[in-house]
Amino acid sequence: MIQIKNIYKSFGKVDVLKDVSLDINKGEVVAIIGPSGSGKSTLLRCINHLEIPEKGEVYIDGNLITNKESQIREIRKNLGMVFQQFNLFPHMDVFDNITLGPKRVYKLSDEEIDDLVDDLLKKVGLVDKKHAFPNQLSGGQQQRIAIARALAMKPQYMLFDEPTSALDPELIGEVLEVIRQLAKDGMTMVIVTHEMNFARETANRVIVMADGRIIEQERPDILFTNPKEERTRSFLRTIIEKN
Amino acid sequence: MNFDLVLEFWRLLMSGVLNTIKLSIIVILTSTLLGFIVGVLFTSKNKILKAILLFYVELLRGAPLLMLLYMGYFGLSYLGYDIGIWTAVIIVYTLYGGAYIAEIIRSGIESIPKGQWEASRCIGLKNIDIFRYVIIPQTLKISLPPLVGFYLGLIKDTSIAAIIGFSELVREGKTIMNITAKPFETYIIVAIMYFIICFPLSKYVSYMEKRGALQ
Repeated sequence: MIQIKNIYKSFGKVDVLKDVSLDINKGEVVAIIGPSGSGKSTLLRCINHLEIPEKGEVYIDGNLITNKESQIREIRKNLGMVFQQFNLFPHMDVFDNITLGPKRVYKLSDEEIDDLVDDLLKKVGLVDKKHAFPNQLSGGQQQRIAIARALAMKPQYMLFDEPTSALDPELIGEVLEVIRQLAKDGMTMVIVTHEMNFARETANRVIVMADGRIIEQERPDILFTNPKEERTRSFLRTIIEKN
Repeated sequence: MNFDLVLEFWRLLMSGVLNTIKLSIIVILTSTLLGFIVGVLFTSKNKILKAILLFYVELLRGAPLLMLLYMGYFGLSYLGYDIGIWTAVIIVYTLYGGAYIAEIIRSGIESIPKGQWEASRCIGLKNIDIFRYVIIPQTLKISLPPLVGFYLGLIKDTSIAAIIGFSELVREGKTIMNITAKPFETYIIVAIMYFIICFPLSKYVSYMEKRGALQ
């Protein structure tokens, strides 16, 4: 279980998160939506301490995250992260990208590594790309490899930071399909996204953020048809107009 | 024009070439090692350490090489440390080259996108592994052309050591000139020797730059 308790974060004079609390249960798929600059990504990045909150606490499975490097490292193994810009290692092929973590951190044998890679590439549908380099892959393929790389650490939780925002429209579907499959397998996930249809179909709970606060959270079928807050309504309207 | 007279002293020339190559190889290795260590340490969050490193880099980059050579050889022996010309020259060129290489490596490391660090941290890598597997390999690729460019300059700068009496190519050339009284011919041959040493490296830089431009 992920517990976020009263966290604050500011960049310079801008308060990005103001007293945000949120619990995420095992097996839940939580989508975070909201206008840009509302603090969605920062909230997500506070969960694995890529951003360190100035005030407040984050607990993973009951363990408080401190600033101790070794403890953060230990906790991050359990929190797979997928970035908007993929962040694959450009000088390594797909195989090395996926196996760097398990090899260095878990010291797996070559046999275990081979099985792991085959298994993960099957999962993301890129078995034939085992020895391709990132610049030989499309954006959608790169993001699927980034998901495989995160899954290679066998995390209990997956964090997605706008995983499809950098993709051409025709490539979004293949990435969302992989995430959907993870949801079916029961993975606990927190997804910052602008894909409203995806959030509606896949999430168990949708969090709406604005101005550094959570303004509303609800089951998607209720939130998208009957939002309580005016700000949620106006945000959803702008999204619909854009499409 | 009489090259034959000059070439009669080929043994002297060869000993100069050999010393130039020997000194160049040694200081390229030592200054690269020093520069790498300093460049990597620059990423540390320790402000005192950073201030010390910055002081070293700025001091050495701001000082003329000739003055450093005077200080390292004559200055130290005046103070009673008679370290011999080879040691003095190697120490001075290492400190001098290390400062420039540290800057090349530092800016190389800084040009690696933040996302590479974050992705590495998110798979639980230790700092040392992040450097070894993710940051350094990418930095090397970026820094190689400026690094080799600097090596070229360093090889040519070894000629300055002639002034304090180090027997490298230019100094042996001067000796030959004094005997033969053929300055033009002598220095043409010396220049050709430098060309033979430097040209392959310089070719390599333009090859790397072309390859970089294609990517």
